[in-house]
Amino acid sequence: MERWRAQEAPEPRRPDAPLVLVAHHKGALRLAAIDAEALRLGLAPGLPLADARARLPGLAVAELDEAADRHWLARLARGCARWSPRVASLPPDGIVIDIAGVGHLFGGEAGLIAAIEEEMAGRGMTVRLAAATTAAAARALARHATLPVTDERAAIRALPIAALELDDEANLALRRAGLATIGDIASRPAVPFAARFGQSALSALRRLTGDEQAPIKTLAQPARLRFARRFAEPIGHRDAVAACFAELLSEAAATLAERGLGGRRFRLALSRCDGARHRLEVETGLPTRDPALVLRLLDERIASLADPLDPGFGYDAIALTVPVTQPLADAQPQLDGHEQAEARLAELINRLSTRLGPDAICRLVPQDSHIPEQAQLALPAIRCPEPERRSDLWPAPPPGEPPLRPLFLFDPPQPVEVLAEVPDGPPRRFRWRRKLHEVRLYEGPERIAGEWWKRRGGEHPGQGGLTRDYFRVEDVRGRRFWIFRHGLYAERQGPKWFLHGLFA
Amino acid sequence: MRFAAALPSDSVLADSPAAPLRRWPSGCAGLDAALAGGFAYGRVHEFYAAEAVDAAAAAGFVGAIASGMAPGTAVLWLRSQRAARAAGVIQANGLNELAAAGHGLIGVAPDDMALLRTAADAVRCAALGAVIVEGWGAMRELDLTASRRLALAAAKSGVPLLLLRMEAEPVPSSAQTRWRVGPAPSRALPGNAPGRPCFEIELLRQRSGPFGLGWQVEWDRDRGKFREASSASLGGALSGAVVSVPAGGAVAGAGSTGAQAA
Repeated sequence: MERWRAQEAPEPRRPDAPLVLVAHHKGALRLAAIDAEALRLGLAPGLPLADARARLPGLAVAELDEAADRHWLARLARGCARWSPRVASLPPDGIVIDIAGVGHLFGGEAGLIAAIEEEMAGRGMTVRLAAATTAAAARALARHATLPVTDERAAIRALPIAALELDDEANLALRRAGLATIGDIASRPAVPFAARFGQSALSALRRLTGDEQAPIKTLAQPARLRFARRFAEPIGHRDAVAACFAELLSEAAATLAERGLGGRRFRLALSRCDGARHRLEVETGLPTRDPALVLRLLDERIASLADPLDPGFGYDAIALTVPVTQPLADAQPQLDGHEQAEARLAELINRLSTRLGPDAICRLVPQDSHIPEQAQLALPAIRCPEPERRSDLWPAPPPGEPPLRPLFLFDPPQPVEVLAEVPDGPPRRFRWRRKLHEVRLYEGPERIAGEWWKRRGGEHPGQGGLTRDYFRVEDVRGRRFWIFRHGLYAERQGPKWFLHGLFA
Repeated sequence: MRFAAALPSDSVLADSPAAPLRRWPSGCAGLDAALAGGFAYGRVHEFYAAEAVDAAAAAGFVGAIASGMAPGTAVLWLRSQRAARAAGVIQANGLNELAAAGHGLIGVAPDDMALLRTAADAVRCAALGAVIVEGWGAMRELDLTASRRLALAAAKSGVPLLLLRMEAEPVPSSAQTRWRVGPAPSRALPGNAPGRPCFEIELLRQRSGPFGLGWQVEWDRDRGKFREASSASLGGALSGAVVSVPAGGAVAGAGSTGAQAA
């Protein structure tokens, strides 16, 4: 519920309306999660949505997104690594942290619990926290016990039998036998219990009471790719620094090769002995492990710095990190021609983007818009890989037709003075940049209306934006222009004409 | 000390019979005959647009040639920021409709020096099909030495460099061919509509070949070649009514068939 609130901006609704999340279950839309307001008004999870709406007509409803919830939980669990390296997430809504040996860093267990509560409250999450000797016990206490827990053993004994997480039949059987809490079961002999409900139920019970300890499956934390060198004497000579770069890059290449990864971004941090820090960052289009390639890009980066790199009295430490990586298979010794060409082109794009900036070299991709100035988007070539088939990108023009879209487009369109028939006539003569052009051939009008669905009240006539009438004209000298009239005579008194683009 | 010894001799640029130069036939017989087969790969070709208003025609001509010389491979179009301001934004759909070009990359350099350095690097990359460099104004940095460097890099990698010079006067350089390009009236489609792009080109200079010739060519996108357009087939007389404006300057009153100056 909190994830929904934090991540998805709610549509405008009455601020005091109760919010519920629904999911499809047993053939009907049922409430899967409800907020405090809905709870107070008497709803409960599992109620069909139709019933809930009948009770509270002003209910705000949204879909339950389980995948997003899992992702959010995994992110939270990774964030919990600041308290302990052994963290596991328990879907759908739990996190287990193994705090053996870390309590003293946060001022004892109580201090640690307080820190966690504060952090979670800061993120807007309501959490139930409990600590115990075994992971299963902690989980059960957090889910079922009344918090805060002062006496662990007593609290465990007071847990309801639902804490064992057996199936409904077993729960029913236990209730019929008159056993309501864990304490009741624990005081009975174990062997008949195991015979009736199975060995797994018995081990669940023993994990709760602390007789058995099961390790948690912690989230794997991949070791950061960080390679550093510290120098006893500060080094400032260019050759020494270059040699250090090369050494760090070879070490990084070996580690990346072990993991089967290639780096996309490389960051060098140089610490000067007087405390100043320099950072150099290079980015590549394709993942790479090649030290020579990264060194060449670093040379470009250093050459394009505004201030030259000044070692001062020398560098104390140089560190290389590889923040962004991608899987990279081992290079085949013989690349075929196509892959070699691709690699060379990628290297050229890397080099030029490092020198001129990533936005300097672009690929133009089509946008789904009929407005001419929004028909394409310029994406940096270093981030946007080459399309698989070029025919997918821009549609093939019909054969036999001259170009219907101009080669160059002015941004903004340039105003021109036009002589034309009212209301729909084509331009006969126009003046642009103080030169008069006589129109010999023309095609049009191509009517391009504004995007009325994007405007407030655009569906009403007259409020959808001005319509443009485009004409493809050629003058006596053979120059071809794309001219439009901004607005119809019915829409606007005295519409203006503009030159939008030039054809070949 | 001989300065010429510092750079490799120009013999690399000469056409040796042992390794004939690869050429792209433009499709126009007279043009190909004058060029000894067509536009040469691995050389620099310069195209001048006389006035700023002819820039689109020159750019379209060069775009068409680049798409013909590099089918299916990447073409890099380098411009200076001044070009982006003066000519406008290159439209990929327009380029696609003009000449079904290969994967296109557009690069913008802050000034002329950076543009030439980038062009030199790009020409060395053999993976590109063609490199178009669009420069505006008299680029002082493009002197004879820089031009020769570009020519040698192109000869080594085999990538053709098409140099567009807008708003500039022709100057001596190491280009294989030097052209002046302007727009030409097109053959009207039925309905009095502008037809396929037509260009009026003049071969100003060619290294070891005839020059001083001119043609009017029409670009056929479907075949990917040029065609000679004889002036007889192009519309000579003006078509369309010329509207007369009264001598006093005031136009006729409002009416749906009246002309109105906008």
